[in-house]
Amino acid sequence: MSGQLDQQEMARLQGIKNKERMKIPRQDMPEQPAAERRKNFIEVPHGYAEMTAVIEANRCIQCKKPACRAGCPVGIDIPAFIARVAAGDFEGGIRKMKETNMLPAICGRVCPQEEQCEKVCILAKTKQPVAIGRLERFVADWEREQGKVEIPAVGPPSGKSVGVVGSGPAGLTVAIDLRRAGHEVVIYEALHAPGGVLIYGIPEFRLPKRIVHSEVEVVRRMGVEIRYNQVIGKIETVADLLGRHDAVFLGTGAGLPWFMGLPGENLGGVYSANEYLTRSNLMRAYDFPRVDTPIAKSRKVAVIGGGNVAMDSARTAVRLGAEEVYLVYRRSEVEMPGRNEEIEHAKEEGVIMKILHNPIRYLGDEKGRVRQMECIRMELGEPDASGRRRPIPVAGSEFILEVDTVVVAIGNGPNPLVPQTTEGLAVDARRGTIKTNLNTMRTSKLGVFAGGDIAIGAATVILAMGHGRQAARSINHYLETGKWEIEFLPGQEPTEETR
Amino acid sequence: MPETGEVIKNTILAEKVNCYQVYAPAIAAKRMAGQFVIVRLDEEGERIPLTIADADTAAGTITLVVQEVGKSTARMARFKVGQKFTDVVGPLGTATHIEKRGTVVVVGGGIGIAPAHPIAQALRRAGNRVISILGARSKDLVIMEAEMQKASDEVLICTDDGSYGVHGLVTDVLKGIIDKQGKPDQVFAIGPVVMMKFVSMLTKEFSIPTVVSLNPIMVDGTGMCGGCRVTIGGKTKFGCVDGPEFDGHLVDFDELVQRQAFYREQEQESLASFQHHCERHKV
Ligand SMILES: Cc1cc2nc3c(=O)[nH]c(=O)nc-3n(C[C@H](O)[C@H](O)[C@H](O)COP(=O)(O)OP(=O)(O)OC[C@H]3O[C@@H](n4cnc5c(N)ncnc54)[C@H](O)[C@@H]3O)c2cc1C
Ligand SMILES: Cc1cc2nc3c(=O)[nH]c(=O)nc-3n(C[C@H](O)[C@H](O)[C@H](O)COP(=O)(O)OP(=O)(O)OC[C@H]3O[C@@H](n4cnc5c(N)ncnc54)[C@H](O)[C@@H]3O)c2cc1C
Ligand code: SF4
Ligand code: SF4
Ligand code: FES
Repeated sequence: MSGQLDQQEMARLQGIKNKERMKIPRQDMPEQPAAERRKNFIEVPHGYAEMTAVIEANRCIQCKKPACRAGCPVGIDIPAFIARVAAGDFEGGIRKMKETNMLPAICGRVCPQEEQCEKVCILAKTKQPVAIGRLERFVADWEREQGKVEIPAVGPPSGKSVGVVGSGPAGLTVAIDLRRAGHEVVIYEALHAPGGVLIYGIPEFRLPKRIVHSEVEVVRRMGVEIRYNQVIGKIETVADLLGRHDAVFLGTGAGLPWFMGLPGENLGGVYSANEYLTRSNLMRAYDFPRVDTPIAKSRKVAVIGGGNVAMDSARTAVRLGAEEVYLVYRRSEVEMPGRNEEIEHAKEEGVIMKILHNPIRYLGDEKGRVRQMECIRMELGEPDASGRRRPIPVAGSEFILEVDTVVVAIGNGPNPLVPQTTEGLAVDARRGTIKTNLNTMRTSKLGVFAGGDIAIGAATVILAMGHGRQAARSINHYLETGKWEIEFLPGQEPTEETR
Repeated sequence: MPETGEVIKNTILAEKVNCYQVYAPAIAAKRMAGQFVIVRLDEEGERIPLTIADADTAAGTITLVVQEVGKSTARMARFKVGQKFTDVVGPLGTATHIEKRGTVVVVGGGIGIAPAHPIAQALRRAGNRVISILGARSKDLVIMEAEMQKASDEVLICTDDGSYGVHGLVTDVLKGIIDKQGKPDQVFAIGPVVMMKFVSMLTKEFSIPTVVSLNPIMVDGTGMCGGCRVTIGGKTKFGCVDGPEFDGHLVDFDELVQRQAFYREQEQESLASFQHHCERHKV
């Protein structure tokens, strides 16, 4: 089949006309059947075989002005990497990719491609877009499986040193780019493992931990020191770090779970998604009692929310053995912020969608454990500030749902630990984010840069990486010139066109 | 040079109560009364929050006094000098707010005597007259008596079974102080939740400001998970960052007891399988 590379077929594909190319159907990625995967934490899609990747890559018509590239927040040269895959040059493909994206195995899996690069792919107008994300994942996996991971060259020692707070995608990316420039880099991480949300939040079945570890291994082998169990703001302050580093980057993420403030929300069995996922992922509670960390043994679980975090929680609950898992979301499915692929996967795995529903209180038993949840139906009214139609409770539609576990996944705000303990760091009072110039990634405090979720609120892995990359450019400029008072990095000033 | 997390000393203070000296120089230098660390024994370990009972900055060690209650603490007790806890993170939590009030009563119940010790020390240093009440089930569970004597102006001891000191509860002794010496200016109570609850009820009657140290179930200890939620004056707080110390008169103790018990069956199952394993392998 399409496993081995078929040289003849490849040659034929290279020669075909665009019209024919556009007739090639988008290649499916094989995946674990839903019934099976409900019982394990193994990754759901298996990834492309080599020949499938080549066929998919040949769907790309190599646009002269590629729209896809503009749709990628880090501007990956998508046609260039795809052209190499189309010719069977996977090594060339991954090298091209890594010129702009150091963590493609991760982005290829978790990027909301359908909202970004693939959404604007020219083929999307008439057919299905080129599966850019799947190809990205393919080249990254190929490189790792072939043992061909290259450690990026480290520049000659600059004599400068940078402290990075947080080892999420923002922190890892800034560290890589700063090492390339020859600076010494130390990452301070609060937890006992690296990766931020990639390791504690996003589940194994969507992003295997070994992939995160192998990406972090590259960072380590570049000579970046990662110090675990360092809660900045407690063991040391940002001011302390500035005492021994020439600059500091804050990539502490959005790790403060929101609750709704409903009656009964502190009953036993009501979790934040962060806690539920951290227990299951970082602490591997699914393996209890072989490991020491427990998690609720549930029969009926309600997950509140409609984003990726909610999908991850619901699909985790399924795998932990719950009989029924409800996803309770106050708007309709169209408004769900979660990725389509995740919503579909959740449904296939038996998650029951309770759209246009909202919880109003939780009821417990004599032991203080949640047993029921009172819900109300919602309908959609006029569009609100977000442009989505506002959900309005339907009077008198309250009803009781039996549940023994609730996971609140309505979002996260920035953790205030660092802002609270750093003098002179301006914070957006309403959102709790650190005020950051999104061109220079500078904060209000001399020598301190920020990026990722702490700068803009809960967003995406690729945006956090884009920030990391931009921050590294800016830090390099600062370390070279010592100049702080600039609005834009040289060469990135707004032009007539972009203003 | 020892590594951070290395057990320098492990002594038995009482039945199922161990005192560990752990090498953690950065934490030893930084910690303040009322703060805690989170320890992870090894790759299979959970994150165990433990109060820093003392620290020796010269030796670079912190002291943890730990009661064996389940699998993790039982596993911990088997750690020998030279072995290393994989992770020690801290100091976490907000430090005790210490000020000169006049006469302050520090109540330590059982294992709670250990975390009460640095608070008594700090209060005394701030110029307070410190009366400590040490309560335990029986004589051999009264720990750190000599250290508390050193840290206090007066020490009163009581046991549930009368085997040492006053036969009675810490609240009886506290009531005695109020009756004989008048109202103290502040009370600190650290120990089992029920003890803190009853001390707070008593001091509320007399309007004596009271600080308690709560121990909800925690995971990260940095404000990321919200598992440590406690209700204080009707508002939800995160025990690990907003606490662990709170105004005893505002705490919803009953909710705390229930939340603490949430994993009880699983914990018992886990402990039983661990003990079974130990017996079979004679370890
Ligand atoms: C469950 C879940 C699923 C998601 N799914 C997707 C998805 O499919 N696709 C997508 O693009 N995005 C997804 N996201 C969002 C994405 O993960 C984040 O936007 C991204 O991880 C932000 O990166 P970051 O580097 O800014 O911060 P984080 O990844 O949050 O990392 C921050 C790091 O800083 C550490 N830290 C925090 N405070 C301190 C301190 N005081 N001292 C030291 N260290 C500290 C933290 O422990 C953490 O390791 C998801 C998020 C969640 C929670
Ligand atoms: C801020 C704080 C300071 C503490 N200081 C000390 C101390 O100085 N000495 C001491 O002996 N104990 C202390 N504890 C309690 C200690 O953390 C628990 O006894 C320990 O985690 C129990 O683990 P286990 O596996 O042995 O027992 P388990 O069988 O797992 O649990 C027994 C009971 O301990 C509590 N517990 C379990 N897991 C946790 C957890 N992750 N976080 C908090 N509580 C938990 C629960 O109430 C549970 O029912 C403190 C707790 C907190 C939150
Ligand atoms: S990083 Fe994300 S947006 Fe950019 S090309 Fe890859 S999948 Fe598309
Ligand atoms: S827009 Fe689509 S077809 Fe055009 S270059 Fe990009 S991926 Fe290829
Ligand atoms: S222990 Fe996770 S927020 Fe407090």
